[in-house]
Amino acid sequence: MTDTPADRLARATPPAIARRVRGLGDRAIAWIFVAPTIFLLLAINIFPLIWTVRLSFTNFAANRPGREVEWVGLRNYERILTDERIWANMQTTAHFLFWTLFFQVVIGFALAWLINRRFRGNDLATTLIVLPMMLSPAVVGNFWTFLYQPQIGLINYTVELFTGIPASSFSMLGPGGLAKWSIIIVDTWMWTPFVMLICLAGLRSIPDYIYEAAEIDRASKWRQFWTLTVPMVLPFLMLAVLFRGIENFKMFDMVVLLTGGGPGNETLLASIDLKREAFEKWRTGYSSAYAIILFVTVFGLASIYVKALNRVRER
Amino acid sequence: MRGFLDGLLRLRRGPWELVATVLIALGVVMLMQPFALWAYTWSFLVTLSGTVMFIIVSHFPE
Repeated sequence: MTDTPADRLARATPPAIARRVRGLGDRAIAWIFVAPTIFLLLAINIFPLIWTVRLSFTNFAANRPGREVEWVGLRNYERILTDERIWANMQTTAHFLFWTLFFQVVIGFALAWLINRRFRGNDLATTLIVLPMMLSPAVVGNFWTFLYQPQIGLINYTVELFTGIPASSFSMLGPGGLAKWSIIIVDTWMWTPFVMLICLAGLRSIPDYIYEAAEIDRASKWRQFWTLTVPMVLPFLMLAVLFRGIENFKMFDMVVLLTGGGPGNETLLASIDLKREAFEKWRTGYSSAYAIILFVTVFGLASIYVKALNRVRER
Repeated sequence: MRGFLDGLLRLRRGPWELVATVLIALGVVMLMQPFALWAYTWSFLVTLSGTVMFIIVSHFPE
């Protein structure tokens, strides 16, 4: 008979401990295994959240720890929710969120539809399409900053080639209203493959016999698409929208690298503004209230999507 | 409509979740709309009420 590590461990366990463990019920042993995870969750997620809620009612400044902290009640929330500058940032975030989700869903679904039709070079095409998603946002930010350069950037020269507008006469990341769209293009380029992969999983989960039955019933391709493909891919698509919606609401790194929130405040998303308030202006209490507002919004949206997802799955 | 009101009165999950969902969606739209500052001001309260309501009513019976 072989001597396994478990046998050796059992022999090495002191009799007193072994007796005690033998006396524990299944429930107690389960709790012993789960307790470290629960402790970590409480320490890393729940405690900071509760602490942030507490700080949001104070005028605490992290760069002045010796100063007496004053309880200001709802004043931080009141100031944020009546500030037109923050209201404008929310609109910028909404613009970014809406258009990135729109383009990613439309292009991602179209690409998945094409990739699902098996053709020569299908695997190579899938690999090439998925590549941007695998890059770090820092790399993508730097890479597109070069592409958008008015003097040496490829984008400006391509625009000149097709429209005749001189390459150095405009800047994709500068003033003129293009910066907002530039960050949307980059995010769409990077994350459309993610939506495509999820849609592809949905399309490949539809059994062929359903289409065969529809063919026998003489359903047109258009009708098959709207009454079979779309409803069956919808749960997957909603999952993709949920993930991308939450991620884009928190978008920070790529936009900081591309525009830094500029020109002016044109691409100043709520997350970037929050970071400035917290770690440049050091208004910790105020920025905690700001963070709680964003958190509640994301949490509420996530609840709706999870509910919708379950509803569609049940159907 | 009658079924919806009946569900509300009998504290059923479906109708109450619908009310909470509408509140959350309304709050998010109010937060991000570019038209009225007062709507932005009240948006957080609406979203928070909807979210808290959602957490509570998701424990109601079907």
